[in-house]
Amino acid sequence: MLLSINNLHASINGKEILKGIELKVNKGEIHAIMGPNGTGKSTLASVIAGRDVFEITAGDIFYKGKNLQKLSVEERAREGIFLGFQYPVEIPGVSMTNFMRTAVNELRKYKGLDPLSGAEFIRMMEEKKKLVEITSDLTNRSVNEGFSGGEKKKNEIYQMAMLDPTLAILDETDSGLDIDALRIVANGVNKLRTKENAFLVITHYQRLLDYIIPDFVHILFDGRIVKSGGKELAIEIEEKGYDWIKNGKEA
Amino acid sequence: MKDLIKEAISKERMVDLFSSCRDVVFNEDSPTITSIREKAIASFSRIGFPTIKMEEWKNTDLKDSFSRVYNYYMQPQSNIDFQKIFRCNIPHLDTAILGLLNGWYVSKDVPLMELGNGIIMGSLSEARKKYPHLVEKHYGKYADDSKTGLTALNTAFAKDGIFIYVPDNVGSPKPVQMINVIQSDQNLFLQSRNLILLGKNSRLSLVHCDDSYNHQSSFSNIVTEIHLAENAFLDHYKLQNLNNSSTLISSVYFHLESSADVESHYLSLNGGVLRNNINLVFNGPHGNANIYGLYLMDRKQHIDNHVFIDHMYPDCSSSELFKGIMDENASGVFNGHVLVRRDAQKTNAYQSNKNILLTDTTKVNSKPFLEIYADDVKCGHGSTTGQLDPESMFYLRQRAISEESARMLLMFAFADQVVGKIAIPQLRYRIEDMVKKRLQGELQICEQCVLHCNTPEHPVEFNIDMSKI
Repeated sequence: MLLSINNLHASINGKEILKGIELKVNKGEIHAIMGPNGTGKSTLASVIAGRDVFEITAGDIFYKGKNLQKLSVEERAREGIFLGFQYPVEIPGVSMTNFMRTAVNELRKYKGLDPLSGAEFIRMMEEKKKLVEITSDLTNRSVNEGFSGGEKKKNEIYQMAMLDPTLAILDETDSGLDIDALRIVANGVNKLRTKENAFLVITHYQRLLDYIIPDFVHILFDGRIVKSGGKELAIEIEEKGYDWIKNGKEA
Repeated sequence: MKDLIKEAISKERMVDLFSSCRDVVFNEDSPTITSIREKAIASFSRIGFPTIKMEEWKNTDLKDSFSRVYNYYMQPQSNIDFQKIFRCNIPHLDTAILGLLNGWYVSKDVPLMELGNGIIMGSLSEARKKYPHLVEKHYGKYADDSKTGLTALNTAFAKDGIFIYVPDNVGSPKPVQMINVIQSDQNLFLQSRNLILLGKNSRLSLVHCDDSYNHQSSFSNIVTEIHLAENAFLDHYKLQNLNNSSTLISSVYFHLESSADVESHYLSLNGGVLRNNINLVFNGPHGNANIYGLYLMDRKQHIDNHVFIDHMYPDCSSSELFKGIMDENASGVFNGHVLVRRDAQKTNAYQSNKNILLTDTTKVNSKPFLEIYADDVKCGHGSTTGQLDPESMFYLRQRAISEESARMLLMFAFADQVVGKIAIPQLRYRIEDMVKKRLQGELQICEQCVLHCNTPEHPVEFNIDMSKI
């Protein structure tokens, strides 16, 4: 098992957001997490990545058999956890090239590999850009600075391609995308998908799941996973909305 | 000849010294210069040295600086070949170099160079003798002795410094580099004086370096007057890399006639107590001034940037961007005062001061201040002081970058918004490299100063040294 989340409770400023999450992810699987706004989807993503504003009050997360709470943000990243941000941060003055080169080389160092030379690195950047079908020149600009919403999300997919994670969590990567950008994001995921990695795709709408076919769909509501199923669950949500989940839960 | 005092400097001591020097040390002065000196010593004797009781000095205490004993020479100690003291190692930076050693102009043979295009540069003391009309038309006209004690003291005593004159319609073909080196086995008090004159439609790039080469204490009280005639353009760089027991009070007075344009960059990398008084007057319409500052302070270092911009005429623009990274027990002051007078309609003025405090034992007093008497103006100011952005830190670390490297990247990026404004590429690469080394704690004064570093010939890649992680 790649990821195992057991009875996870997490809170921010004393307010409990996650109230007992149970989730198991194996290599080679794509899991979709759906749910209405404000139910804890992004919190779950942040907690797995190690964002320290959230406090884990109960339960645990095991990844590759390791207790994640003992690893720093960067150690988790080096172990292969990637978070595609819902709102990628603009960092003026840090060029994409220096950012990615630093990231790739720190990752290589962790794996005991030599750093890439300038030429090797540029070749890698070009390759990955092609793989994720990015034609615009993101690389000579500061990280996300002045990027359009679509460019920011494509940039997340590009970074994912560069870092080649084992567990990629995409936090509403589809929000605010037009259909072309959505297709690029989805194609990126489909091309990077292997038997050795897994994806946790967080989305509000079923739309993205027309392009990325999930093995499992989970409905998150009020800090708990209230329903799990196959890809047909997403279609059911699309047809009925979330109300039947809420009502069902109350009933 | 009385050419040396050696004791703690006090107001009374300086006034006495002036009296005893009057007939011996200053005996070559013209009547005009003599009268400027007399007025200045009277002002100084009225105002005295700064104390924290003065509004302009309440956050910069010079008590420790004044408590040390300094040697004050009224003559150069010896005529040293400046070329032997340093070679500027910024690759491909082709500059005309003017050197001051311990406040005195150093030359091989020629104290004043007169170039074919009419540019004159060299020793101010020599220029006073050779071009008295040119010097006296401007000297002491822009530096305000009546309000500032240290400026008055400089005017009263200053004998030498740099003089540069660029005639009308001439552009200096290469940057001029003024290098102010302090190297002595004694503690020194020095007061040099610079006068820079740009004629109509002239252009000059001026790199002004303050460096010290050893660990002796020094107190420098340096005054620079810069006059820009109509439509002149000056690209000005002030690089400060002094040791931790040095005190530098640098007062620069810019005087801009109509349509004159200044870009000024204050890059303070090291120093014990640094105070930059930056005064700029628009003495005609359509002038423009952009003033940038970057300071990287740690230990018990103190930086104080005091900027005063006087919009006297309409249609002028000024902007200030000062950024600082403060570590350990460093302290800082930003005081930006923009005065927009009643007739200065259509003024654009903006001030910004941003600070990153890396520890909770650093302190910055930031006071951007607009004083506006015209009604049709665009003015604004902003000031932020805080830690590195936690969202950005999380983003970088989520991409496998260590906390330390993430901090470095963010600090470098923060500084680069000022460094990136440097228009001379060779100088920009050099400063990028120095900032990087400074942030990594590798920049050692003396061994790696602005002149002597191993130097990059290409743009700096922010390639983090893996051995440090």
